[in-house]
Amino acid sequence: MKTFGSALLTLIVAAAFVALLVALPWWAAALAAALLVAWLFLTRAGRQAWSVTELGIATVPQRLGAASVVVVGIAGVVGVLVALFAMAQGFQATLAQTGNDHTAIVLRANSQTELNSVLDHDATTIIGGEPQVARDAHGQPIASPELVVVASLPKKSTGLDANVEVRGIGEEAWALRPQARIIAGRRFTPGLRELIVGKRALQEFEHTALGSTMDIGGQPWAVVGEFDTGDEHDSELWADADVVASTYRRGDSRTSVTIRLRSPADFNAFKAAVTADPRFKVDASTTRDYYNRQSRELTQLIRVLGTTVGIIMAIGAVFGALNTMYAAVATRTREIATLRAIGFRGGPVVVSVLIETLLLAIAGGVIGAGLAWAIFDHYTASTLGANFSEVVFEFRVTPALLASGLKWALAIGFVGGLFPAVRAARMAVTEGLREL
Amino acid sequence: MKYLPLIWSALFRRKTRTAFTIVSVIAAFLLFGLLYSVRAAFTSAGHSIAGASRLITMSKESLIVSLPTSLLIRIQSVPGVTAVTYANWFGGYYQDPKNQLVAEAVAPNYFDLYPEFVLPAAELRAFHQTRTGAVVGESLAQHFHWKVGDRIPVQATIFPQGNGSNTWTFDLVGIYHVNDPSLKGQEGALFFNWDYFDKATQFGGGMAGWYIERVAQPKDADSVARSIDAISANSDHETKTQSESAFQASFVGQFANIGLIVGGIMAAVFFTLILLTGNTMAQAVRERVPELAILKTIGFSNRSVLSLVLAESVLLLGLGGIVGLLLSGAAVSGIRAKLGPLIPMLPVTAHTWLDGIALAVVIGLVVGVLPALRGMRLRIVDALSGR
Amino acid sequence: MSPLVEIRNLSKVYTRGRQKIEVLHHVNLDIAPGDFLALMGPSGSGKTTLLNLIGGLDSPTDGTIAVAGRRIDQLGQSELARWRAAHVGFVFQFYNLLPMLSAARNVELPLLLTKLPAAERRRHAAVALELVGLADRAAHKPGELSGGQQQRVAIARAIVSDPTLLVCDEPTGDLDRQSAVEVLTLLQRLNREHGKTIVMVTHDPKAAEYASHTLHLDKGTLVESAQAAEVAAR
Repeated sequence: MKTFGSALLTLIVAAAFVALLVALPWWAAALAAALLVAWLFLTRAGRQAWSVTELGIATVPQRLGAASVVVVGIAGVVGVLVALFAMAQGFQATLAQTGNDHTAIVLRANSQTELNSVLDHDATTIIGGEPQVARDAHGQPIASPELVVVASLPKKSTGLDANVEVRGIGEEAWALRPQARIIAGRRFTPGLRELIVGKRALQEFEHTALGSTMDIGGQPWAVVGEFDTGDEHDSELWADADVVASTYRRGDSRTSVTIRLRSPADFNAFKAAVTADPRFKVDASTTRDYYNRQSRELTQLIRVLGTTVGIIMAIGAVFGALNTMYAAVATRTREIATLRAIGFRGGPVVVSVLIETLLLAIAGGVIGAGLAWAIFDHYTASTLGANFSEVVFEFRVTPALLASGLKWALAIGFVGGLFPAVRAARMAVTEGLREL
Repeated sequence: MKYLPLIWSALFRRKTRTAFTIVSVIAAFLLFGLLYSVRAAFTSAGHSIAGASRLITMSKESLIVSLPTSLLIRIQSVPGVTAVTYANWFGGYYQDPKNQLVAEAVAPNYFDLYPEFVLPAAELRAFHQTRTGAVVGESLAQHFHWKVGDRIPVQATIFPQGNGSNTWTFDLVGIYHVNDPSLKGQEGALFFNWDYFDKATQFGGGMAGWYIERVAQPKDADSVARSIDAISANSDHETKTQSESAFQASFVGQFANIGLIVGGIMAAVFFTLILLTGNTMAQAVRERVPELAILKTIGFSNRSVLSLVLAESVLLLGLGGIVGLLLSGAAVSGIRAKLGPLIPMLPVTAHTWLDGIALAVVIGLVVGVLPALRGMRLRIVDALSGR
Repeated sequence: MSPLVEIRNLSKVYTRGRQKIEVLHHVNLDIAPGDFLALMGPSGSGKTTLLNLIGGLDSPTDGTIAVAGRRIDQLGQSELARWRAAHVGFVFQFYNLLPMLSAARNVELPLLLTKLPAAERRRHAAVALELVGLADRAAHKPGELSGGQQQRVAIARAIVSDPTLLVCDEPTGDLDRQSAVEVLTLLQRLNREHGKTIVMVTHDPKAAEYASHTLHLDKGTLVESAQAAEVAAR
């Protein structure tokens, strides 16, 4: 009963630590670490704990194989976690970057994405004329009716056909998106079958180099420029909306209208106005909401998958650490018993085993996070986006992510070290000395 | 297997250590099963036997451009084509925009070209006879708790009805299922009559989204495809025809390289596992040197000692591997049941087991080889005297 | 009667780094079948080495050993293993039972190397345990047995495949007086009633009394009886 009770208590302490670790912001954790170091060197109990820890650390070179189990096991967990979450983060950031609070996008009701939507010419004119829409220097509304279609181009990496998003735009599109710049060549000429490629689309697809010709809608188009927006639009091809419409036989209908609001506060009024209008049925959202919605499903999927994989790997790592640390404690039975016979209390022994495990865990966490950062930060990948076409994004290994990885490492190390530590402390002194 | 008690008792000499090691092995193989089923969803989806005889014809311009229905008769007369059907993408969602549907309007003979969709004859008849009838896959029906006889309102995302309403109501007249576990990803669709779509839609009617053809000889697929495309060459509706597997490959190729990601994670997992079990085996053998020496004095040959240690190592991995794979099977079923047919995971199959067990055996051998050699090479005299 | 074990000019040299240590010098020895021989001598005299060579655990540097007419000094490692399985039973000072197997399974171990079916193996093991008086302890693990009982299980294991020769290295070295007597009495019985040939190394003169005769080793050579008494007195 005694051992069961102590095992339960240990489990509760472990769970509490992990919960605390998850909840604490990084600066609080750093503060706690600093306090621990101070305790180790300034108090008597702390110094005892430190001398036992030194004993343990000194034996690590002899137990390199066993110690590496802890380090590599934790490095694996942290590396995989950071990489997967960096993928989710990168995809979400690319999309989040594309939207903001001062522009809004209007689609036909229930369409969900631009590709599904159809708006006729009258509707786009009326929507653009709403009072909440900002005007440019000439008094023209900054409203861009756009036509999104899908074309097919071979991917450079696979050689197989993939879907690329072609966005037919008008003059107002440039005023609407001040972040868009031409970085090579020039803008397309309205009325001609010319297009400009986003810098990511250029990396991803064949036939996109400046000066080449590609087949869109059964007709040849010339690539005259390359643009950069720093967001999801970089995976697109832009051309004159009227020319795209005639190629795809859409007449003067468009798929969406994107407008600049006079101020973010005007959005609600704008939305009320366009949704109440009896002449058409539309949905309006800020571009921020619209693009965030597009990334939500995939990023959630990746995060759930990543957490699941992480937890399962962590369980494997915890049991590996338990094995290693129990063995470590067993080989040091004699030394620990001697120390306790001399007068060292149980507490410092527990702390020392824990510190040793945590140091190994931190080493593993740093290696895993470091590898993930070195290999995956800014790694480009592409996937199928909401408009059923390729969206290119970069993995993003953020400092928050690295900190989170280290937290996992510490949690695993703590759980893996606590039980052996308690065992070391509770071992009867005479039992340990009998080994001598 | 008369040596089994000997090997078993050697493995469980240190019960706690072995148990902890087995938990780590179980975790690794649980992950293997889960990730394998994700990867399978992307790589093997759609490779049915019937699929080897199917071609897909779509507009050469773009996925979103439709083809005239007049092509049907002309494709039918191409030599080598034994059957033709067509379908239109509909999309839509059920109740909540989160519940996106794979919904298609299909020609009456659609199911003739998809024999892997098993549908009772009576239900197929009902589908033909009910204008607003719909046939759904078993996974989809289970997810939303639909039964035959239910009326299912679907919110259109692309095609409102002519009367302006966005709600299309279908009568569920049949549920199809697939037998092959690797095709389970196809059980999540909703099919309704193309005729109903054509009459009721506000726009987009009178056209076929894409055609599907069956060829007499799969080896003739390429030449038949070219003949089909020749029909529409230089017209305003040029076509691109390819085998179903080529079409799938292009589709799958648009997702991030799932195979690489999954492979990368598994490599990390198994690398750490090898280190962990290798360490355990090395420790175990080190402790048992005197006992191995005894076996040798009794007359066990060097090779027997080698085999005993290797068997122990393979047993360790095998036990954990089997339990891990069993757990993964349960986990995958649970996830698929909970999250619906659109989740990219195929059920755990015999294939998963074969690969998993093979992996367990190989890792067991790799991990056991060094300790086994050490056991084999020990000099009896030295070992017994404790040197 | 021809001797069971014939040793001629036997030498064993160990190389430790660059040092050569000659442990046995030109030993000549005959052991008759049914003999119970005690080998005595101070530590370092080479008695364990001689025992290991007779038992086929090691190979000599020079000289010949023939057991039941077979020249075991000419056998390679795997041949020696096969020979040991069929011809020798070992009893060690520290019993050396496998701790995770029951007494019955420990005794059964040598039989795993034969083609006997499971039922036969178990029967032979039961008989062997009966012979050493531990039939009621068959299911116990070594940890549950006293020192004397463990050594008797070890003896049962040594005789279960009916070997030509029983080789014992300090069998009572780790036992209290009473257990030692039990073990030595058992060995004597095996020798006198069942005709087992036994070679026993011991440093205890009282143990040597149970043997039929004693030889002394000093610094790697067998010494004569008179000198033997002198050596024994030292």
